[in-house]
Amino acid sequence: MEQLLLLLIFLPLVGALVTAFSGNAAKHVALISAMVSLALALVMVCNFTPDASTQFAVSYPWIQQLGVNFHAGVDGISMITILLTNVLVPLIILAAYQHGYKSPNAFFALILFMQCGLLVVFTAMDAFLFYIGWEAALIPIYFICAIWGGKDRIKVNMKFFVYTIAGSLFMLLGIIYLYLQNPAKNFEIQALYNLTLDSSQQTWIFWSFFIAFAIKMPIFPFHTWQPDTYTEAPAPGTMLLSGIMLKMGIYGVIRWLLPIVPFGVQEWGNTAIILSVIGIVYASLIAFTQKDAKRLVAYSSIAHVGLISAGIFALNTQGMQGAMVQMLSHGINVVGLFFVLDIISSRLKTNRISELGGIAKQAPKLAIVFLIIVLGTVALPGTNGFIGEFLLLMGVYQYNVWVAVFAGLTIIFGAVYMFRMYQNIMLGKTNELTIGFTDIKGSEKVVLYAICALIIALGVYPKPILQLSEASVQHLIEQVTQKLTSVN
Amino acid sequence: MNIIITITVTALVVLYAGLFKAKKALLPITLIGLLTSLAFVVTSWGTNQSYYGMMQMDNFALAFSGITILGTLFIFLLTQNYFSKESDNIAEYFTLILFALSGIVIMVSYQNMSMLFVGLEIMSVSLYILAGIRKSDFASNEASLKYFLMGAFSTGFLLFGITLIYGATGSFDLGVINSYLVNNFQTVSPLLYPGIILVMIGLSFKIGAAPFHFWTPDVYEGSPTLITTFMSTVVKTAGFAAFLRLFAGTFAAAHDFWLPPLMVIVCLTLFIGNVTALFQKHFKRMLAYSSISHAGYLLFSLVTLTDHSSSNVLVYAAAYTFATIIAFAVLILVKQKTGSDHFDSFNGLAKRNPLAALALTIAMLSLAGIPLTAGFIGKYLMFMNVMWEYQIYLVGFAILNALVGFYYYFKVIVAMYFKEGNEVVLETPLQYKVVLVLSVIITLFLGIYPAVILNLI
Repeated sequence: MEQLLLLLIFLPLVGALVTAFSGNAAKHVALISAMVSLALALVMVCNFTPDASTQFAVSYPWIQQLGVNFHAGVDGISMITILLTNVLVPLIILAAYQHGYKSPNAFFALILFMQCGLLVVFTAMDAFLFYIGWEAALIPIYFICAIWGGKDRIKVNMKFFVYTIAGSLFMLLGIIYLYLQNPAKNFEIQALYNLTLDSSQQTWIFWSFFIAFAIKMPIFPFHTWQPDTYTEAPAPGTMLLSGIMLKMGIYGVIRWLLPIVPFGVQEWGNTAIILSVIGIVYASLIAFTQKDAKRLVAYSSIAHVGLISAGIFALNTQGMQGAMVQMLSHGINVVGLFFVLDIISSRLKTNRISELGGIAKQAPKLAIVFLIIVLGTVALPGTNGFIGEFLLLMGVYQYNVWVAVFAGLTIIFGAVYMFRMYQNIMLGKTNELTIGFTDIKGSEKVVLYAICALIIALGVYPKPILQLSEASVQHLIEQVTQKLTSVN
Repeated sequence: MNIIITITVTALVVLYAGLFKAKKALLPITLIGLLTSLAFVVTSWGTNQSYYGMMQMDNFALAFSGITILGTLFIFLLTQNYFSKESDNIAEYFTLILFALSGIVIMVSYQNMSMLFVGLEIMSVSLYILAGIRKSDFASNEASLKYFLMGAFSTGFLLFGITLIYGATGSFDLGVINSYLVNNFQTVSPLLYPGIILVMIGLSFKIGAAPFHFWTPDVYEGSPTLITTFMSTVVKTAGFAAFLRLFAGTFAAAHDFWLPPLMVIVCLTLFIGNVTALFQKHFKRMLAYSSISHAGYLLFSLVTLTDHSSSNVLVYAAAYTFATIIAFAVLILVKQKTGSDHFDSFNGLAKRNPLAALALTIAMLSLAGIPLTAGFIGKYLMFMNVMWEYQIYLVGFAILNALVGFYYYFKVIVAMYFKEGNEVVLETPLQYKVVLVLSVIITLFLGIYPAVILNLI
């Protein structure tokens, strides 16, 4: 049981290597690896005690001369993101099942390799290890998007890559700075929590980390890479980017930014919230005018993530708990949305809203699951989106009423553009293009039914998820407020 | 000493083997000679032998000897089918490379300024000839002449500097110069400072640091690719070791004096190397400029002198050497097949030759400094090194340059994987495979578990 975490982290890596050399069976091997990972994650959840402690911790000296340890562990916050990763990866692999991407071995191996990087990010208790995982997750997704992507893939992905790596290099600068400040000369998270930094140092560290996380999420005005990259990427790439990778930024803020530089957050958190809210309104307005459904969902993702980031920087339990649930919900919903759009575009070769219509008549099953996913996205009570957004708005409301008013627009706007998209694609008259549309079948059914089940299950009974992270979140908030009050 | 003797004897044996037309025996003899000298490096580890105060075989010297010998060994493996096309008399080239290597071993182990000069000249003269071995090729001749003129010029600077330092301290011995500096810190002779600056300029020429880099692109491009590989990896590493031995050791006491001019050199080197590399259309020329920018990162180790400065350079040099050898090895293969080193000739290489493409990708990731490759550890150490004194602006500047670096290193990855190319099959000779695989293993191993090489010296 002690080595469970090591197994969880490195199983995808082994899976990736086997997949790469598995000949024609690549997708099956990848799916098996992902399913085993999911099973391991479920075993972990069952053995997890929902208190604030770090569990399943493993720590080995790695590069002793540099003070680097392979130190990983799981608390409630990590547990949610581990669950998210390991639930979504099998779904994403299954979603790519019928597509027939060329060189499938490399394709599926890269997905699993990325899973390994993501799990390192979500469990690292050592800043150096965190950085390694951060970059290790980027390289595979860059190749996935740039090899299997659309027409403009090379230029778009170069922008994406340079953007994100710019952010992470400044984060590296911050990490080195923290290391040098640390008298123990190591990267242990606990040691970094205990550092006493003055306010100008905190400001510098805040920005060096915040920019890296803001680019990843993305928060306005660091979002310009996102719509193009999402649109040009192959569907599984988009799902990985929006479903899991953007949570790296959110997780980074919670795990590293808030506890290490609480004064920086106190001073600049306002700015971060305002940027988030601007992002919400701005992205929603742009989403209205989109003609391409994939682009519309991409912009809606900016709006949703803006609300999550505002909820985190509000620095209270509701906001943070909302962020936890919403991370999971948004991951599930957005993967569902992109998969539905991929099904449509792989059959009709287009995602332009104006060219579609009346698909519901041809494909009633798809119409129902699509509707459930859209309802989850617009946060209808009884779906998973509601719990998260409700808690997030409560958190933001406690912080400032006006911010909550503007942040609340995300739900109203979201409902409008999402329903309009659904209406134009699924309802209305069937046209020449959509007349031959065939309903979902095989692995498509499995993925979409699973997603719908998750949407409803989490919406009706979110308690287990909330319980999982509650103690850790409370501990974190206490830790931060304690640090803030101890000086004032 | 036994290292230098082994290398020199090997060189002579190779020369005689060439005389008797024993072409098949050349490579085995060379490899055996190099492996023997590598064995000597290992066995004399930690013995710290001094040879009449002229050379000091300390761990620093041994580590850098080891890495340069290993690099040369790899380059010799790449000679398969390479020189035989150039000329019938390939023994001379083998010999010249080996002579250059013996000069390099002196350069990394000198304890006396005169030995620095002797080592540098043994190496340089061999290289002047090697750059011009394509007698009928215009570019090769141009490269040779340029290299010779610039080299002679820079040697002049170096000699003048050494003379001034001798005038100030009355000795060529590094130990004496060092203690003079430490003991007479307030009353140093005014001759010394111009001496240090002139030596710095002379060595900057040799390592191709801006603004003394103008010879580099033309010489690297014009020389036969294999010689370019040798120059940009082994020779560069040796130049750095020589630089380090003098400035991190002997002149350390005068750090405050030579830091400002060094900073100018560092910033210019980084900026010019990176920005110019960005606009290159040819892979070989891009590598030439990238080698300039790497010189800039390597000089970071001298900006802040710590106990680990030389060890950091060793790691960086190892990372850089093996990645560059991969890059040039693939370049040779591609150029032999397509006749061009334009980025477009790499189009679709991933399909034609997955091994070469994968190796080149890892090399580029390493040169760009992506985690889990040796290049990241190297860059990390250099950033860390200057952060000890919180030179945040310098690191910020370096980060911007690193970003530019990503862009041009990824150009070739983009060409190989994302662009369609002609489907000519590219075969990799066995020795190339060995070099590629070994270099990739070293690059990844140093990236994942660098503890073995860190703080070695």
